Amino acid sequence: MSTKTVSPNTLRRDGDSGQSGDKIFSTASLLAGCLILAVLFSVAIFLLGQALPTFAADPSEISGGNGFFSYIWPIVIGTVIAATIALILATPIGIGVALFISHYAPRRLAQGFGYLIDLLAAIPSVVYGAWGYAVLAPQLAITYDWLANNLGWIPIFEGPASNTGRTILTAGIVLAVMVLPIITSLSREIFLQTPKLHEEASLALGATRWEMIKMSVLPFARPGIISAAMLGLGRALGETMAVALVLSGGALNASLIQTGNQTIAAEIALNFPEAFGLRLSELIAAGLVLFVITLAVNVIARWIISRHKEFSGAN
Amino acid sequence: MTRRPSQFTKNKLPRWAIWAVLAGALILGAAFSALLGFSLVTMSLFAAIFFVVGGTAASGAVEGSRKAKDRLATYLIYGAFIVAVLPLLSVIWTVLERGLPGMTSDFLFRSMNGLTGAIDNQTVAEGTPVLGGAYHAILGTLQITLWATIISVPVGLLAAIYLVEYSTGGPLSRAITFFVDVMTGIPSIVAGLFAAALFGLIFGPGTRTGFVAAAALSVLMIPVVVRSTEEMLKIVPNELREASFALGVRKWRTITKVVIPTAISGIASGVTLAIARVIGETAPILVTAGFARGINLDVFGGWMSTLPTYIYYQIITPTSPTSTDPSIQRAWAAALVLIILVMMLNLAARLIARMFAPKTSR
Repeated sequence: MSTKTVSPNTLRRDGDSGQSGDKIFSTASLLAGCLILAVLFSVAIFLLGQALPTFAADPSEISGGNGFFSYIWPIVIGTVIAATIALILATPIGIGVALFISHYAPRRLAQGFGYLIDLLAAIPSVVYGAWGYAVLAPQLAITYDWLANNLGWIPIFEGPASNTGRTILTAGIVLAVMVLPIITSLSREIFLQTPKLHEEASLALGATRWEMIKMSVLPFARPGIISAAMLGLGRALGETMAVALVLSGGALNASLIQTGNQTIAAEIALNFPEAFGLRLSELIAAGLVLFVITLAVNVIARWIISRHKEFSGAN
Repeated sequence: MTRRPSQFTKNKLPRWAIWAVLAGALILGAAFSALLGFSLVTMSLFAAIFFVVGGTAASGAVEGSRKAKDRLATYLIYGAFIVAVLPLLSVIWTVLERGLPGMTSDFLFRSMNGLTGAIDNQTVAEGTPVLGGAYHAILGTLQITLWATIISVPVGLLAAIYLVEYSTGGPLSRAITFFVDVMTGIPSIVAGLFAAALFGLIFGPGTRTGFVAAAALSVLMIPVVVRSTEEMLKIVPNELREASFALGVRKWRTITKVVIPTAISGIASGVTLAIARVIGETAPILVTAGFARGINLDVFGGWMSTLPTYIYYQIITPTSPTSTDPSIQRAWAAALVLIILVMMLNLAARLIARMFAPKTSR
């Protein structure tokens, strides 16, 4: 076999054109990466810039007339209440569904059931809102009435119940339905990653299925479950349309079955289209508060995931 | 304790026992429900409670507490799944039941231009078919989503390529990965506010066009595209890259001719899922594109409607305040169109992923 002689010039010529292509491509991809960081920071900067007039304004000019803090405080609490209800309902059910799909359902059907739950995530939030408004709220109104009559001594169920059912509890339930697929799909991934040997070992030692799950699956998946719940919380805190449609908002109210309470996202959506001037800046400031809260929740969730990445593989 | 004949079947609840418990629970459930005024909902609720309690108690009496706990956990986990599926069925049933009557060619190919409350009142009074439709909103949805895709896909794709192919795990790439993850959690309304604030600063306050909405949706879409593309690029076997480098192919040619074609099915399905996610977004559109009653084909000028905002406004501010039925019907029909769009996109994503089967060895 004779070696073919190649003129070094050809190589270099090819190399030159390729090199510039390489440069352009790597620069473009680097820029795209940096653009993402820039966008996130500019979200914070622009919101802050547009919100500044609110912080500088005279307290009496803010809605409510007592400054920004007393304006934002009730809706922050409302947001937290709605998200908490959603999380309390969705976390146990979400973990249950994830366990059902990963360990209980017949193997052949498990994937289909997984798709079914993913469908829940695909339905747009405005459709959930419309469903909560038109179907769920009237149904729940009867239950709320019963709660008010029988458990009215508990402050959160204090009557008289709203007769439309459009309360913060209904909003929380709709939110729970919306965050359920997030919690389910994340915890399912982690449950499936439990080392098979751990499971088989505990079954071989005579554990029942539940004991096996309790002793080998759940401890392994704990950080993953926590971060799944936190990501669900992030979604519930920022969800807008479902709350805007379902909740007939009002002042802060301890009773979950009366009309009242409002969330930040719904407050913005309901008032933004007509807002101008200082009111606009106020709503953007509210958006900034929401941004900071959800950012904190998400950062903590991601931090938990990345801390346990080495052995849980959940990312 | 009395000894049973066989060591293996001792202390085991016979198969029929569980059916007996179920039958008992149904009867008791019906009875208790009848006390409150019979309804299927309360009956199933009571029956479920009785079944779980009864089944666990029977198992506890015969099989011991460990088996009983196992049964209880099984029942609760099956129950959780049923509870999770119920709202899905209810939503789909509601949308189909209330949306189908409104799905006329009029609805699909007419806008709301010139449709006043008086017309709706007349429709209700005379019982004629509902006029007015969502053509403008369908067009708006398609345009805004298209522009969001045009912005997001190149940026997302290139960023993912940077992360997988170029970065060496330095602080920049770790920062990008981390903040992309964080960005997936940005509330959609905040993304809308950002776009509104940005364009408000450049073009004067109150700037609302389709393009502003597309920018807002991009903020939501880019992280999804980056994540899915990154995952797909990571599973392209390194041997392919090395073989290409060994042949003297430049890195950018390797990426465009070898890596991306190998992963294209996964990337395409990821992009489709990202589109499906943003097409149903309402809140960002509400604060960036305003609301229009007529057809607007210019994304750079004038307010624009999309299906989600159309649904929202038809419910919140019915065209005719006195007879809201036509508006409600239009809203559900629009919800049906939107769900069909989203489901088709999801289906397409799965088909793409399956048809261009994984070209890796995994």
